[in-house]
Amino acid sequence: MTDSALEAPKVRDHKEDLFTAKPWQLVWRRFSKHMLAVVSLWFLILLALTAIFADQVAPYDPFKVQRLRTLAPPTGIHLFHEGQFVGPFVYGLSRERDPNTARVLYEADPETVLPIQFFYQSDDYNFLGLFKSNIHLFGVDDRREQINLLGTDDLGRDVFSRLMHGGRVTLSAGLVGVVFAFVLGLTLGSISGYFGGWIDSSIQRLMEFIRSIPTIPLWMGLAAALPIAWDPIFVYVLITLILALIGWTHLARVVRGQFMAIRNEDFVMAARLAGASEYRIITKHMLPSMTSYIIAALTLAVPEMILGETALSFLGLGLRPPVVSWGVLLQDAQNLRSISMAPWLLSPGLAVVLTVLAFNFLGDGLRDAADPYGQ
Amino acid sequence: MIAFIGRRALLAIPTLIFISFISFVIIQLPPGDYVTSYAAQLRQQGDYISIAQEAIMRQNLGLNDPILVQYWRWISNIVFRGDFGHSLEWNAPVGSLIWDRLALTLAISSLSLVFTWIIAIPVGVYSATRQYSILDHLFTVFGFLGKGVPDFLLALILMWIGFMYLHIDVGGLFSPQYQNAPWSWDKVVNLLSHLWIPLVVLATGGAAGLIRVMRANMLDELGKPYVETAYAQGLSERQVVWNYPVRVALNPFISTVGWSLPALFSGDVITAVVLNLPTTGPLLLQALKMQDMYLAGSFILILSVFTVIGTLVSDILLAWFDPRIRYA
Repeated sequence: MTDSALEAPKVRDHKEDLFTAKPWQLVWRRFSKHMLAVVSLWFLILLALTAIFADQVAPYDPFKVQRLRTLAPPTGIHLFHEGQFVGPFVYGLSRERDPNTARVLYEADPETVLPIQFFYQSDDYNFLGLFKSNIHLFGVDDRREQINLLGTDDLGRDVFSRLMHGGRVTLSAGLVGVVFAFVLGLTLGSISGYFGGWIDSSIQRLMEFIRSIPTIPLWMGLAAALPIAWDPIFVYVLITLILALIGWTHLARVVRGQFMAIRNEDFVMAARLAGASEYRIITKHMLPSMTSYIIAALTLAVPEMILGETALSFLGLGLRPPVVSWGVLLQDAQNLRSISMAPWLLSPGLAVVLTVLAFNFLGDGLRDAADPYGQ
Repeated sequence: MIAFIGRRALLAIPTLIFISFISFVIIQLPPGDYVTSYAAQLRQQGDYISIAQEAIMRQNLGLNDPILVQYWRWISNIVFRGDFGHSLEWNAPVGSLIWDRLALTLAISSLSLVFTWIIAIPVGVYSATRQYSILDHLFTVFGFLGKGVPDFLLALILMWIGFMYLHIDVGGLFSPQYQNAPWSWDKVVNLLSHLWIPLVVLATGGAAGLIRVMRANMLDELGKPYVETAYAQGLSERQVVWNYPVRVALNPFISTVGWSLPALFSGDVITAVVLNLPTTGPLLLQALKMQDMYLAGSFILILSVFTVIGTLVSDILLAWFDPRIRYA
């Protein structure tokens, strides 16, 4: 008799991995198969980082007015100057007036080569109120020329810098709104699903009622109630609250549905028969099996909030200047004339679309992965 | 069936009362009232009215009464006399201001609902029967894009394209020369050249979601044994698909007609502001900003009433369509 028969096989079977995997590993495995969702996740992480570090990523102060650079087109980044490699650089802009219409015309000046400097020191900022600094991720070393990746607006403010800072406000408004909606939805949804009876049906009626009102007119009505003179931060919190006040119904439905579905599952019955207390059943058995669904529903709720904030601010009922959000930025692109003269003012709209799509894809992937034991 | 409709209609009444009250409270929420914003406007123009004058105006307009009294005055006039009150800003009866605009809103909304269905149903059925084909992927991308692009952005982009590349006059419903002209063939053509933008904007938003719903429903139904039976009977694919699974898959469609109405009205408000359409949107926005409360309240009330009626109709349609619901 040889020992080899007793030795464990060296190469572990892939299938065996699957049987012993923890639920979260299964969820992750399923999620990572959804390419679009994974890409979206990375995109959103990048977006969140740029939003947090907007001060550093943006080359200029978002409020800095440049009278001699109004509505300048985006500057292109070049690598070769007259056939020679000089690394990333931009050309300076020459400013002229059209002799006939007196409109300002910009043209790239091939004489001025401005290499892009990294970790460049320019405008001061106060990073999240923590410390003061003046180091920016990139910039050009010139007193009069600028690098405007997305052009400038009608006051000569750098659109790229404003976009970065606006992302901070818009994204956080979406997240804060979802948190409010989550608290409302989880509380009312779980009460509704757990107690049932007349409590359930009255909460259901309330939800149906809220769903039956056209959202935007209602938002407009509520948002118009906010006085203009209030502190912008306070208005911001109230706007997110208003968004949440209508957005919670969807989350409550998901939570209630899950509660009702799981309440009669075998594993809950088994826990009950094993003598577990109600509290233990809810926290240790029911909630963990619901978290993935709730996370997916939350992810899908974020874009709704972002779209709501953008729409309200666009109409002038939400956040107002000097607060910079994507909706506020889009106010500049409200009429045909400014769009046809400066199409780059629509770039915040592109940012909104990309963000909303990414959240939708991510939510889709999460929802598919939420039940790793299905199929 | 009649009992079902009666029960449903009765349930709608408390909802309507509640909605009317909420709309009135919402427009009362802002601090200050119409007189405050009117005085502010006068001051901006360099004029001035004294505080005593403001007080007299308030007294005359009945703005000092308790909210319940004001509410009762407003709602009882609407219910008993069909009088929606007086728009303070326009100095005209609300009724004369809103009906034209509401009719247009309803017309545009229902037209775009029809468009939504014409797009969504065939595309959803195609996507499901030819799952993972190139067109299916294309429609999926379209569906996500339609959900992700805000209404007003799509309207702006279409306006820009129409203006820059198609060289057509955009915004509003008519070109200036047709504004006051009597109806003629040219005027109708002119109307259509303006109307397509709001229709496309509103229909894509709705269709994007419904395509996904239709596709998912059809996929569920296509896997069921009765479909296989139908094929086994020798029916053609066309007969099988359109006669059986499509009818079942349409159920959730019909039940959500009521929900798509609020979405359409919402979309209409914001699209109309961008495109400068003479529908409810711009007037509502202006009324809310000026705290012209009878006008704004009437708009919110009537839009909500339409929604409630829409939900009612979709419930009835569903019951008529699916006997399982009628007898449940």
